[in-house]
Amino acid sequence: MSFPVLFGVLALLTIFGYFLGRSRALATAGGHVRNLHSLPNYYGYYIGLWCAVPGFLLLLAWMGFETSILDGMLVASLPADKQNLPAAELSLLINDVKNLSHGDVTSREVVDVALQDAADFYAHIKSMSKMLLTGILVVLACGGILLARQRIAPELRARNSVEKAAMVIMIICSTIAVLTTLGIILSLLFESLRFFEKVHPLDFVFGLEWSPQTAIRKDQVGATGLFGAIPLLAGTMLISLIAMCVAAPVGLMAAIYMSEYAPSKVRGTVKPMLEILAGIPTVVYGFFAALTVAPFFRDWGLDFGLTISSESALAAGMVMGIMIIPFVSSLSDDVMSAVPQSLREGSYGLGATKSETIRQVILPAALPGIVGSLLLAVSRAIGETMIVVMAAGLAANLTANPFEAVTTVTVQIVTLLVGDQEFDSAKTLAAFALGLILFCVTLVLNIIALTIVNKYREQYD
Amino acid sequence: MTDAATTMNGNTGGGLTTRNSGEAVRKSLKRRYAAEKRFQMYGILAIFFAICMLGLLFTTIIGKAVPAFTQTMINLEVTLYPQDIDPDGTRDPQVLSRANYRTIIRQAFFDLFPDVTSRRDKRQLFEMISPGAVFEIRDQVLKNPDLIGERVTIQMPLSDDIDQLNKGQIDRNLPEAERRVKDKQIAWFERLENRGLVETVFNTTFFTAGDSREPELAGIRGAAMGSLFTMLVTLLVSFPLAVSAAIYLEEFAPVNKWTQTIEVNINNLAAVPSIVFGLLGLAVFINFFGMPRSAPVVGGLVLALMTLPTIIIAARSALKSVPPSIREAAYGLGASPLQVITHHVLPLAMPGILTGTIIGMAQALGETAPLLMIGMVAFIVDIPQGPLDPSTVLPVQIYIWADSPERAFVERTSAAICVLLAFLVFMNVSAVFLRKRFERKW
Amino acid sequence: MNQSISQDTTGATPVTQSDAAPGIKIKADKVKVFYGEKQALFDVDLDINENEVTSLIGPSGCGKSTFLRSLNRMNDTIDICRVEGSIALDGEDIYDKNVDVVHLRARVGMVFQKPNPFPKSIFDNVAYGPRIHGLVDNKSDLDQIVQTSLEKAGLWNEVKDRLDQPGTGLSGGQQQRLCIARAVAVSPEVILMDEPCSALDPIATAKIEELIDELRSNFTIVIVTHSMQQAARVSQKTAFFHLGYLVEVDETEKMFTNPTDERTQGYITGRFG
Repeated sequence: MSFPVLFGVLALLTIFGYFLGRSRALATAGGHVRNLHSLPNYYGYYIGLWCAVPGFLLLLAWMGFETSILDGMLVASLPADKQNLPAAELSLLINDVKNLSHGDVTSREVVDVALQDAADFYAHIKSMSKMLLTGILVVLACGGILLARQRIAPELRARNSVEKAAMVIMIICSTIAVLTTLGIILSLLFESLRFFEKVHPLDFVFGLEWSPQTAIRKDQVGATGLFGAIPLLAGTMLISLIAMCVAAPVGLMAAIYMSEYAPSKVRGTVKPMLEILAGIPTVVYGFFAALTVAPFFRDWGLDFGLTISSESALAAGMVMGIMIIPFVSSLSDDVMSAVPQSLREGSYGLGATKSETIRQVILPAALPGIVGSLLLAVSRAIGETMIVVMAAGLAANLTANPFEAVTTVTVQIVTLLVGDQEFDSAKTLAAFALGLILFCVTLVLNIIALTIVNKYREQYD
Repeated sequence: MTDAATTMNGNTGGGLTTRNSGEAVRKSLKRRYAAEKRFQMYGILAIFFAICMLGLLFTTIIGKAVPAFTQTMINLEVTLYPQDIDPDGTRDPQVLSRANYRTIIRQAFFDLFPDVTSRRDKRQLFEMISPGAVFEIRDQVLKNPDLIGERVTIQMPLSDDIDQLNKGQIDRNLPEAERRVKDKQIAWFERLENRGLVETVFNTTFFTAGDSREPELAGIRGAAMGSLFTMLVTLLVSFPLAVSAAIYLEEFAPVNKWTQTIEVNINNLAAVPSIVFGLLGLAVFINFFGMPRSAPVVGGLVLALMTLPTIIIAARSALKSVPPSIREAAYGLGASPLQVITHHVLPLAMPGILTGTIIGMAQALGETAPLLMIGMVAFIVDIPQGPLDPSTVLPVQIYIWADSPERAFVERTSAAICVLLAFLVFMNVSAVFLRKRFERKW
Repeated sequence: MNQSISQDTTGATPVTQSDAAPGIKIKADKVKVFYGEKQALFDVDLDINENEVTSLIGPSGCGKSTFLRSLNRMNDTIDICRVEGSIALDGEDIYDKNVDVVHLRARVGMVFQKPNPFPKSIFDNVAYGPRIHGLVDNKSDLDQIVQTSLEKAGLWNEVKDRLDQPGTGLSGGQQQRLCIARAVAVSPEVILMDEPCSALDPIATAKIEELIDELRSNFTIVIVTHSMQQAARVSQKTAFFHLGYLVEVDETEKMFTNPTDERTQGYITGRFG
């Protein structure tokens, strides 16, 4: 039975447990609800929880560890010479065995007997595992139901137990965010450390050359690859800068116009339109950049005798800027509406025009908040992936010329990890080191920005 | 009074003294109003720019997408010789589906052009028909084996290049070397047209097929199903987790270091680049737990972690907007804390929570980068049947097609974008509707 | 929103008075104010004398602030607000379409209920008006204006050593005097004050009241106040508003000793309000 089916079985058993609990409680109370400590529903939930929680945990654990345990058993069953294969070949072999056990074709032309045996063994342990799981699950769930049923008596404080359990479940749920952050940090750190065993951290952070292709044969030239992150960081900065050059003035002016000038009708139509801009998936922007904007700039450059690469930083940056406009405008709109009305009135009362009031009173007052929102926008630009993957280059040029192609951290992460790779090569691990840089930079930017914005909000609250 | 008299006659110069400044102000007015107008103009220009870009994006994409919804077909009369299909007359579906329909098509098509004799020309001629044409015949035969031995007219797709030619996407005036369709092929195609065999029909393949290397056979069904399974997993994981977390944090959590940590964490998590979640998924779900690559289950989990903060934040603000008086009323009647929440607060906050959830799901539906990390970028022809089957999703399909060199894939990419945008618009509109419909002013 | 952007300022030329009686700075005639459908003021006729303090009193929501705000068209910033009737400043209708609000507000300044210094330095707060209106050509003139204005507001001695510090760092009473200095710096003809002391403690209030009396020699002042004692202390003329109507207007002394209308009497003696 597959996992979805098992989850279904567990759900059915739980529902059964619920009704059992209800009726059992009523029966022990002689049919009178007032004899019970809690409402009959709670006795139902009580049994339901006893049934569902252990079963659910079992299923999760099984799902998480089944593959690694089965793989371990498979490797142990292989002949010794196969076991000692290099990691990459071994994983290929395991893949073939698995495919064979499904009856699919393999990458090998000749299927030898040993392989077929291994495949049969794998199919065997796999079905064993599923049977074992089904058995344990049913026993656990039914055992839970029976155990809980034993306990049901009119005096049982079912509501209290159920609520306590619910509280524990909620507390666990609320820690998921922390666990996720922890997971991100640990996984990035762990893989990066492995990367730094192969490439010195200083070479990585301060290296000026990026060419991660590792050789197929050991004796090839440049077999180690060069992992200097500076060109990537510079490229990321360049594209983000171009994006901010588009997004900051346009977003800010749009926000000013909308919050201070626009009649409510105009605001009512323009605001949703800007929100549409924010809701468009980034892959669409990437397609737009690669298909329309980049060729436009290239042709335009030809007219003026400029050589603009068809993967120019300009095109990617500009489209990214367009994507960020609504982000900047909605954040700064919020910030500016937080400026108290009394300041506006004070300025108008002195005979200031609207633009004088905005430029000399509102903007200075809102400055910290605006800086905060621009920082958030920068962090978004740095982390943006699809636009640059589709419209920026792959070659790591160290240049400040927006007409040339540059590459970014995110582009390299994608290129390094898309496609099949063995997991231990420096190339793959480099992606995690880049991810670590990306995570740290955006985290710092976000923390600074959020602190500024929160301080600013408190000032006017 | 004397002071007032000077005032009324207006005074010149700055007000070093208490004299009033009407005149000086008037002098500056023209300049100031010009500045005012300029400033306002900048604002209008900014909005105009943003809306123009939006318009440009939509018009280019929709304009490019339109041709993808039609496909050029040929109505080819073929003779279904029994010796080609079912020499033993078993009518066994196994045999029927393995029969060599290619030769049948070749024969029928070459019969239309008796003057084409050289091998090279024949190859170019046959290239005009899509490799998918065989499936059209096979399906017909499998559906109705009695057709064997008959002469029937079957509609089958022409190749993507001919399709592009028919739609006017290939400039016939270009030199032959610069276009994908050869002069001879154009001539043959015109002959087919003149005989009335060519027909342009609605492209159903696009909605029913999985991915393919041939543009005319490629469809979004597989990616759409992949998206569906992924979203299902995302919703099932993130919604209960996020709502429970929001309830705990908003209603029960004591204010201390730990809950503050959680809050800061949630806010920061909402701003972590999506690709980092992809790295997390790759390292934890695939490499550590050994879950299958390319499976919607993993994609769904990654996207669930990504949307979690969005839903938690939305759910918390929805819970916050339920006035305390409701809670007090329920507590006053002796309800337990959990009863207060489940009976009173949660139902009132539900529209807000759902709105936030839909918006989070819309974000997840359009997300691409993290899914590339966990291998959902593979070329998958089969339509996935469950959340454990390898599959891709709509935005990734768009990415894959956008990378393909064939011109016909540009249209299909645009068309897939239109489909994706349609889903997103639907989701956002229903979120707005939900908010409007159930908005409550306390 | 309706702030007129007309560049034509010729109509705003203060003509020599012929129709207005001498000594009358502002003449309100049948002023009605509407907020959307709701009428907030009904046919208010009121003359405001030059170089006098006129106080507007009445219970909350009686329309006194609305009236004050219509004197320099601050109501224009509220979308749904509409004013009918005429208000003449030096004999000229300020709601005439040729009148420029910016110019008008430079002539009719305003001080608000809550001190609202800009988040800038003390100096920049006071210099803001002269700067935007282009009243000065050089730094020393500006320094001079700032100093005189602060002196007039009685704040100079307290802040002269820290002009570059933020105005928001001052105490409430100081902030309000800064706002008065800010208004004075533009050299308006009329200063409107909307309950300027309501957010202040008694000592600060006393200082402001003293200040208002001094400013009277140079400016025409209209003040809205909740406190009848304050009206009695600072003003020469008092107008009592009730439910949107101007009930009674008279010399302050007469009003508080011998009101003609019984609603006025009721309010003054504290029976309602």
